[in-house]
Amino acid sequence: MMNHIDLSRMLRQTLACDLYSNLVTRSTGAAVRGQIEALLSANSERALTIIDFSQVSMIDFSCADEVVAKLLMRYATDDPPGDAYFLFRGVTEDHCDAIEAVLERHDLALAVEEDGEVRIMGVLPDDERLAWNTTHELGSADAGEVAARMGTDVERATQALDRLQRRRLIMRVDERYVVVGNVTE
Amino acid sequence: MTHVISVPPSLDDQSFEQVLEQVAPLSPDEKILIDARHARWASPYGLTALLALAQTRTERPALAVPELEDTASYWARAAFFQHAEGLYDLHGSYPKRRETGESSVLLEITPIGKSDDVHNVVGRVQERAQQIIKNELKLESKAIIGFAMTLSEVCQNIIEHAGQGGWVAVQSYRWTKRLGRRVVVIAVCDAGMGFKKSLESAPGHLPSARWDDAAALEEAVIRGVSRFRDRSRGQGLAGARKYAGRWNGKMSVRSGTARISIVPDWDDDPPLVEGLSEFQGSQVQVIIPEATAGVTK
Repeated sequence: MMNHIDLSRMLRQTLACDLYSNLVTRSTGAAVRGQIEALLSANSERALTIIDFSQVSMIDFSCADEVVAKLLMRYATDDPPGDAYFLFRGVTEDHCDAIEAVLERHDLALAVEEDGEVRIMGVLPDDERLAWNTTHELGSADAGEVAARMGTDVERATQALDRLQRRRLIMRVDERYVVVGNVTE
Repeated sequence: MTHVISVPPSLDDQSFEQVLEQVAPLSPDEKILIDARHARWASPYGLTALLALAQTRTERPALAVPELEDTASYWARAAFFQHAEGLYDLHGSYPKRRETGESSVLLEITPIGKSDDVHNVVGRVQERAQQIIKNELKLESKAIIGFAMTLSEVCQNIIEHAGQGGWVAVQSYRWTKRLGRRVVVIAVCDAGMGFKKSLESAPGHLPSARWDDAAALEEAVIRGVSRFRDRSRGQGLAGARKYAGRWNGKMSVRSGTARISIVPDWDDDPPLVEGLSEFQGSQVQVIIPEATAGVTK
């Protein structure tokens, strides 16, 4: 299943005010994240959630920490509250400083869609970055295919892919891996 | 007995120390009269700090307003009197209604006490900041968003750590005396608990051998330490510091008896000043100057 979250709309609902289009303050970020988590907890099946920044003028560090970093940290664990994946859309240069700063602080990475292309933003070890890029190129692949393309053994490729899955950057569909941006449409 | 406190003709973050030197030896319940009759100019820091100073007094202080009409008019445009009326017994004549119109005041003095106030401040400043930063400071458009983020974070410092409300003001002006260029200045002052007390309230806080206001400022501003266990905290001031550094700006944070500054090459302020006169709470100033030719980021 797929969710689309317009952060600007969610912000206005959260604050019950139409005047604001800036994601600022920690308390606002916590409230918006709470709404996202409530939406995700409403269903138990695997879900890809598009978090849309298109109508957000700006986001500050504190709010980015709550909306982006804490959301990812909650799900990027061995025991996440649900099988949720995230694709960030509409992220512009105006949002990047804050988002990159919080990703760096927490060693996190996310998938962002820009002009129809998906890329990784944030911190990712080289082997995981290579595994993600390889899977992205292949579209859908099993560990053996990824390993062959990476020029490594299957065990190492599987470990990197599993870590990417834990980070919610890759989905495992049966025995095949798909990067989140490849399954949006 | 009323103690008369002289305000220097030019009131900024540096000269405000002269005010504090006169006030610090006095008990909070002693009556003071802030004599600003001869003030000719005040920075956003000077005005917001005057309001915060009143909050440190248990005996309601008095303030003699500037005699110079232009100065009183500017203080009125900056909304100083509007807020000062609630804190000081004002003596002298001043414009009772806040004048509006073309002004270098980007954001008049605004109280900050809750999250909504920050939304309001950021929203109000954004459009004019865009015009000033791009056209007057000649900085890249990237600097505009960073400015709003910095403003938001320094205001949130009050909400998260002061334990009571404070004030913010933003102004753009040509800083002829010090720099010879235009600057945009954010000042955020409160008379709350200050950094030392805030960090002391952290669970399991163990003060170092040298634990004072300067040490607390180093922890908070340089190392990004917060009173919260959550390691997400403390990024706000770090972000503001980074922004100031990136655009060759200056950021200074004063708390208690110390001031720490991120000092650009155009300024000669020491990075850390200790042994200042006590001023409770925290007072933050960020100065972003006009770009010089050939400077790229």
